[in-house]
Amino acid sequence: MSIKTHILLQKKKKNILELWMKNQLADEGLREDLISNDELRGQSEELINVLVGNLSGDNFTDFDSDEWSPVIEILGGIAITRARQGFSPRETGNFVFSLKEAILEVLQEEIKGDPQTLFTESLKINRLMDNLSIITFETFIKGREEVILRQTDEITEISTPVIRVWDGILALPIIGTLDSARTQVVMENLLQEIVETGSSIAILDISGVPAVDSLVAQHLIKTVSATRLMGAECIISGIRPEIAQTVVHLGIDLSNIITKATLASALAYSFKIMKLEVKRAGAVNKF
Amino acid sequence: MTLSLSKDTIQVTKEQDVVFLKNRVKETAVKIKMGLVNQTRLLTAASELVRNMMRYANGGACIIEVVSSGRANGVRLTFSDSGPGIPDLDAAMRDGFSTGKSLGLGLPGTKRLMNEFNIKSKVGEGTVITIIKWN
Amino acid sequence: MDKIPILRLGAYLLVSIQVDLYDRLALTLEADLVQMVNKTGAKGVLIDISAVSIVDSFMGRIIGNIASMSKILDAETVVVGMQPAVAITLIELGLPLKGVHTALDMEKGMNLLKTMIGDSSGEEDQETDPDYDDTIA
Repeated sequence: MSIKTHILLQKKKKNILELWMKNQLADEGLREDLISNDELRGQSEELINVLVGNLSGDNFTDFDSDEWSPVIEILGGIAITRARQGFSPRETGNFVFSLKEAILEVLQEEIKGDPQTLFTESLKINRLMDNLSIITFETFIKGREEVILRQTDEITEISTPVIRVWDGILALPIIGTLDSARTQVVMENLLQEIVETGSSIAILDISGVPAVDSLVAQHLIKTVSATRLMGAECIISGIRPEIAQTVVHLGIDLSNIITKATLASALAYSFKIMKLEVKRAGAVNKF
Repeated sequence: MTLSLSKDTIQVTKEQDVVFLKNRVKETAVKIKMGLVNQTRLLTAASELVRNMMRYANGGACIIEVVSSGRANGVRLTFSDSGPGIPDLDAAMRDGFSTGKSLGLGLPGTKRLMNEFNIKSKVGEGTVITIIKWN
Repeated sequence: MDKIPILRLGAYLLVSIQVDLYDRLALTLEADLVQMVNKTGAKGVLIDISAVSIVDSFMGRIIGNIASMSKILDAETVVVGMQPAVAITLIELGLPLKGVHTALDMEKGMNLLKTMIGDSSGEEDQETDPDYDDTIA
């Protein structure tokens, strides 16, 4: 009987599409703000064409077969696009579920005289469409994860600018928690910038770091050591009193590192190393 | 779950083999677009391990693989030799421990450079070290 | 057998490593350099490693050895131009190269050597070195 079903579905493709579109457009969750009706129709038509065109008598239940890959590809593409556009999981799921309803409705209409066949065929359709829904959800979640990963990358990139405060002096304000992935980015950016600018002093300002535990301290020490290996000096500034307290309480040894309370004093210290003097302009005039 | 995508076995017995091996590791890392710093970590680790293999076991073999965890690609190196083996693995993995005349940074240092590090050794049979650096 | 050329410039010895070191080459360099420091009475050694992409614990040890041996022979050693990736790797490996002076580039390294040596000896080294021969293989 299954042979009849797929031929039936192919014949009734137009009806299914119309019914499906009607279902979708009638749905309260229709997101006209995210997707135009024409575009929705285009997506639906594409999916239904591939799906129905792909059906044959024997691949109905064998979902692992390669013949399904074009369907999965298109469905995956739609799911990923929806994840990026900001559709909710429910709205994305409804896209496939409403198709299932449309197909079942047409099937019911066509084989209403034979309840036994209707039942077995509906079961098959159900199984098929459930599989498709699972794929949709999996891809949808993957799409969302990609968005999250991209944003994480962007945040780490944005939050570590290297500033040239003076000829030969770089400053790097760190804002937020310093974990090992972040340290990696900070260290690489800083060292690369030291090479490019030929700066011999780098100031790492940690005013924006909420807490320093032994792990963060280890990351800082690592950055300072690597800077020194390259032949530049690294000063850590912006150490708040409570951070000084925890550092000592935890027994972290920062004695090999030049530390300053503020960025200003770190800069003053750098000027001294570079034998630079900052004078008030008035003093020159009096002379 | 780690999937192996390509596999390449290189026998290392002479000094020229070491250079060849390093070049192959580098090519593999470049092929999967590994960042420069991670490339350097991987090559340095390979350099440490191949030296150990030459010094203590008179050579051995290295398998270079491109592996995938689904999310990321990486390079897996498996160094195996049929040398004397390491009697005390815990000690060998401690900083500053060495039976030869080196700094004793080889194994623990290599572990710090890698994402994954696995060592199996039997006295009299040999040593197998597997390392992975993810992209 | 390749060798890394050692250039002599006044009271200084210059080495620029342009290839990735393998063990035997590094050992030869160590021996040659110490010989040269002794023979020429050089006060400073400048090693440029800007073209070196890998420094593992063995080569790190050679660099440390060169610095310590030169120090005994009364010469300071400055390593210049280490690549960021190499610096990060060395730190993670646990090899901070204590006792080795570093500078960003040749020029800064030369200045560092001059200030270090200037403290102990006079500035007029050129007069005592009439022979300006450079390469020694």
